[in-house]
Amino acid sequence: MSYGPLLFLGILFTLASSWVGLVLLPHRQMGALGQHTDTNTAAIYPAARSGEAQQGAEHYRSLGCVYCHTQQVRPEGYGSDIERGWGRRRTVSRDYIHDKTVMLGTMRTGPDLTNIGERQADAAWHYRHLYNPQITSPGSIMPPHAFLFETQAIGPAGRSTNALVLEGTFAPPAGQQVIPTRRADQLVAYLRSLKSSGDLPEAPVKKEEAQ
Amino acid sequence: MINQSQTLQNKTLRALLPGDALTGGGTEGGKKAALAEIDASCRVPVLFFFLSGLAWLLAGTVLALVASIKLHTPGFLAGWEWLTFANVRTAHLNTVVYGFASQISVGVTIWLMCRLCRIPLVAPGLITVANLFYNLGVTVGVGGILIGDSTAIEWLEMPRYATPILFVSYALIAVWTIVTFRLRAERHLYVSQWYLLAAVLWFPWLYGTAQVMLLIEPVRGVVQAAVNWWFAHNVLGLWFTPIGLASIYYFIPKVIGRPIHSYYLSVLGFWSLALFYNWNGMHHLVGGPLPAWMITVSIVASVMMLIPVITVAINHHFTMVGHFGKLKYSPTLRFMVFGAVSYTLASLQGVASAVRSISEVTHFTHHTIAHAHLGMYAFFTMVMFGAMYYILPRITQREWPSNGLISLHFWGVALGIVLYVVPMSIMGFIQGTMLNDAAVRFLDVVQFTLPWLKLRTLAGLLLAAGHVAFVINVGWLLVRMFEPYRKPVVSILTGEAETVAAAKLP
Repeated sequence: MSYGPLLFLGILFTLASSWVGLVLLPHRQMGALGQHTDTNTAAIYPAARSGEAQQGAEHYRSLGCVYCHTQQVRPEGYGSDIERGWGRRRTVSRDYIHDKTVMLGTMRTGPDLTNIGERQADAAWHYRHLYNPQITSPGSIMPPHAFLFETQAIGPAGRSTNALVLEGTFAPPAGQQVIPTRRADQLVAYLRSLKSSGDLPEAPVKKEEAQ
Repeated sequence: MINQSQTLQNKTLRALLPGDALTGGGTEGGKKAALAEIDASCRVPVLFFFLSGLAWLLAGTVLALVASIKLHTPGFLAGWEWLTFANVRTAHLNTVVYGFASQISVGVTIWLMCRLCRIPLVAPGLITVANLFYNLGVTVGVGGILIGDSTAIEWLEMPRYATPILFVSYALIAVWTIVTFRLRAERHLYVSQWYLLAAVLWFPWLYGTAQVMLLIEPVRGVVQAAVNWWFAHNVLGLWFTPIGLASIYYFIPKVIGRPIHSYYLSVLGFWSLALFYNWNGMHHLVGGPLPAWMITVSIVASVMMLIPVITVAINHHFTMVGHFGKLKYSPTLRFMVFGAVSYTLASLQGVASAVRSISEVTHFTHHTIAHAHLGMYAFFTMVMFGAMYYILPRITQREWPSNGLISLHFWGVALGIVLYVVPMSIMGFIQGTMLNDAAVRFLDVVQFTLPWLKLRTLAGLLLAAGHVAFVINVGWLLVRMFEPYRKPVVSILTGEAETVAAAKLP
């Protein structure tokens, strides 16, 4: 095989095949996927995120949450995603159309977060968990994200309404309080917006479970 | 009659031997002078790529250790936002993939291409400029990751402002390699050249596509995941793998002084890799929210990889048969054979974990991390170490200063990577089984992994010791370049077979 041009063309066409097959064709098939409107209830799914939550998605990306948390629910009978309560149905392409960066993830050092907004709706839980995961999930190996919070002196007006409720060893020194920064607020808004359980023709939710 | 059979034999040999090992075309002394000239022309750019690559290797090793410790001791260095686990882990991946492995690859490619084409490097200055650009790109990219600008797209985390710098240097390197190829004095193409040419053409295409479709004008929804894994898997399959295989195909015959086993197996191995590898990427998304046809196509292509892998394994094994004794003397051969065996193992593990029923368990676990290190380290990095053991003495015209450091390097990294890959593969499998049993609490799975993760830190320390030994030896070699030149260098004047070290390596 000493014929240069043949080698060159072979190299070109082999990669061109999967470039068309795995990049261009999927782009044609799914690149323009839109929202689905339910004919009975006129509900639109998936709904767009609030601006606050979209900002939070940027922090989720920047902090690299995706390296330990997935955002995909595998189908029933494949893995234990549904049995673990991580979702009521598998996730499908349409669930992700609003994501600026799609962060499906490939590693489950921590649990799946596809529906964390539904599974854990309490904002206070999220704040305390981010501040130090040991408060809410003892034994977790998630790093504390205390840098998303400020520890400051309690002013003359008393404790701030958004100060974290911390007890025992986690409590700040007397006269101090822990306040979430803007970033923490946005990140929590994003986490609480994570819900992929709308009823879709391609991924129906079992009727008895769907509200 | 004798003449005829000799011509025939020569013709067959031509297909089986590297171009720079062929006889004919001038006197023996003249040929060696020509090879010395080629080596000298490569000296500056190849040294630039090797040395900056090794600097990134050290940085990547430190980052790896920090990440590994953080995973079992989350409080470690937890106060600094730029050193979160995610940042350090990502910076580690990008320094070792783009800073270390790719730069050593380019250095090896330059040298191999010149040797096999039998021409001195044309315009070494141009390629040295590409190197400077390249290092600028990696520095900006890794810095960007640490300050939180990571794109969170696996293997493409460097921010948008860094990747074009790298793309330009890749393009320069590719153009230059093709120019060398076009100007070749040796018309016969050796199997290593097919792989090298393919790698330098494939990579800019992959990297360009990924940049345009993910960073500059991101596609919508899960198409991003498809492009991501088409790119990321092909970085391994179409950039590192061909360069690693090109090196094994070159150095094993070269060191043991024997042609490769079969020309036809090498043709089959190359084209089956070209056909199937680039369709593999979607096996990273088994069970994910993509159309079933895409994932099925990738699983089928992954299983088809058995053809190139087994072909190449047979070809390399039968080339080596009867020469395993030489592993005692040649560091190049030792690293190459370790890498070649790991290539087979990594590929078989990859085929297995692409199958739906096994992926159900191993996907999302440390099994995948073990697999990545089996491929990128036990195969590719070991092969690159072996290549550097051969190339550095030739371009510097100095012998390796310390056999002890060579042994320390080999045993440190060999034991280190075995201690990394074997337990992590087992642990990942158990972790996956536990995850798939909804009765097991998630936190119990986390607790189960902790002792294994500590073992990984230990393995990382062994790897680090090996790297330090190698870098000291390289530094020492460079210092020798500035010493007065006393004795003639055996390797260039007495033949192309690698110099046998004075003493057996322990």
